[in-house]
Amino acid sequence: MILEVKNVSKVFGGLTAVNDVTFDLPEGQILGLIGPNGAGKTTLFNCLNGVYPLTRGTVTFRGQVLSGLPTYKVADLGIARTHQIVRPLNELTVRENVMVGACFGRENHKLGEAEEIANEVMEFVGLAARADMLAGSLNVAQKKRLEMARALAARPYLLLLDEVLAGLNVTEVSQMLNTIRAIRDQGVTIIMIEHIMHAVMNVSDRIIVLNYGTLIAEGSPVEVQANQEVIEAYLGDPDLAARLLEEERG
Amino acid sequence: MRILRNLSFWIAVGVVVLIIAYGATGGAIRRETWFTVLLFVGLASSLNILLGYTGYVSFGHIVFFGFGGYIGFWAIDTLGMNLWLAALLGGLVSALLALGLGLAILRLRGAYFALATIGILEAMKALVINIPALGGPNGMELNFSVYRGYGGAATALWMVYWSVAAIALIVVITSYIVKKSKFGLGLMAIREDEDAAEIMGVVAPRAKTWAYVISAFFPGILGVLFFFKQGIIEPGSAFRLQLSIEMLVMVMLGGSGTVLGPILGAGAYQILRGTLLTSDLELLGMKVKDIQLAVAGVLLLIIVLFIPVGAIGWLRTRSATLRRILE
Repeated sequence: MILEVKNVSKVFGGLTAVNDVTFDLPEGQILGLIGPNGAGKTTLFNCLNGVYPLTRGTVTFRGQVLSGLPTYKVADLGIARTHQIVRPLNELTVRENVMVGACFGRENHKLGEAEEIANEVMEFVGLAARADMLAGSLNVAQKKRLEMARALAARPYLLLLDEVLAGLNVTEVSQMLNTIRAIRDQGVTIIMIEHIMHAVMNVSDRIIVLNYGTLIAEGSPVEVQANQEVIEAYLGDPDLAARLLEEERG
Repeated sequence: MRILRNLSFWIAVGVVVLIIAYGATGGAIRRETWFTVLLFVGLASSLNILLGYTGYVSFGHIVFFGFGGYIGFWAIDTLGMNLWLAALLGGLVSALLALGLGLAILRLRGAYFALATIGILEAMKALVINIPALGGPNGMELNFSVYRGYGGAATALWMVYWSVAAIALIVVITSYIVKKSKFGLGLMAIREDEDAAEIMGVVAPRAKTWAYVISAFFPGILGVLFFFKQGIIEPGSAFRLQLSIEMLVMVMLGGSGTVLGPILGAGAYQILRGTLLTSDLELLGMKVKDIQLAVAGVLLLIIVLFIPVGAIGWLRTRSATLRRILE
């Protein structure tokens, strides 16, 4: 297991954003993390990579307990992430942005090596033509790719993707899915938060579902789609209308 | 060295060398004018490493100039220490002060950090006033005989000119090297988005502290050289908030985050200040004192509102060629 999450909870004041979540992740898999808006998916990511200290529970990554480590230590150990709301380093060029990932990520490269890695990664995600543009001048789809490139340049063991498909058009989504599969094929383990169901069902090996901070289902895409609780979480109780009608008649 | 092949490096160095040469070839009055320019090239370029690269606004940066100057001055005056050693000592104690302060206040961000730096400047001033060994509120004066050890006062003035020139050049070279280094890339990542930088693995607390230490080291040296030349040091002149703000204006005017910006900013501002100070400007029949401060205020406002990237920063946005040769 590359990642073991045990009884993790995160409480903000009176609000339990993540409630007693436990799951394991074998190496080389793509794990889809889904759930309605506000279910605590991004908060869970923030708990994994050290943005938030955990209220309870432990996260173990490659045999090392992550709890309490600052984000840069977590990055150093080999976890990279993208942000749902993109965070480009605006006044730096695209290449420099990606070099930051290579320079300070797991492999801690020197500038020269980092530049080579940056060029490779930009080619891989399709940003090579924009290498010398300022990151602030990219459009949303390109910024999402930049997030991805920066994370990849760190050569992480585990990649956390937070809604990299949101805001992309159909062609861009299928390009991005190909990129994600290619990353997995290089041996990188991935957890992806996603709202586009057909995409996440398509690409994930396994899926976990959060609702109100609690893990309500876990399994293969097919199992999860058939799960009653998951359907309720997304669509409400399908039998509710029938029951209400019956009550009215009765 | 890869840097030596960059045209932008030689342009930055060339501009400083030109300033040094021009100041050295026109007699004492011209030398004094350009001495001040070079002093501020050094100070502004130091500040730029913190302000321009790292994105931390220090309103009280002159504290390192004053504190280093005080310690060096004291060492020359009471210990009879050699000027060069004293200058190094001044730089080191300023760097050490920054290290200690950095660990405490670099946790603050934005306006809170800026405010803390002003507080520190005032606190240091109050502290020095209360230390009798440093002359208390009256400060200290060098015995004139000290200059004899350096070939007499006239020679000493030239010597200090060349020393400040050398330090200014070293600061500019350091500033260039930092900008082009991995360390510098980390600083600029912090400037753009500190949390995102940390998530990518930049050890921000360490990088920020080093930036602060470097940006404090050179002002400490310059302080010793400056006050050695003055022959007198007192709390009011060593810890002057006004100078701190003028340093900021110079960096912003020329272009914060660029190597060339603080050099040109320091030059332009000093020329402007000289012109205003010697002009017979009258307002409502009254002579105006320190008019340059009013101008600096207006200038800062204009820069922040209309060209926040400063002159060099603006030129860099104009064309790819300019971006390559103006660093």
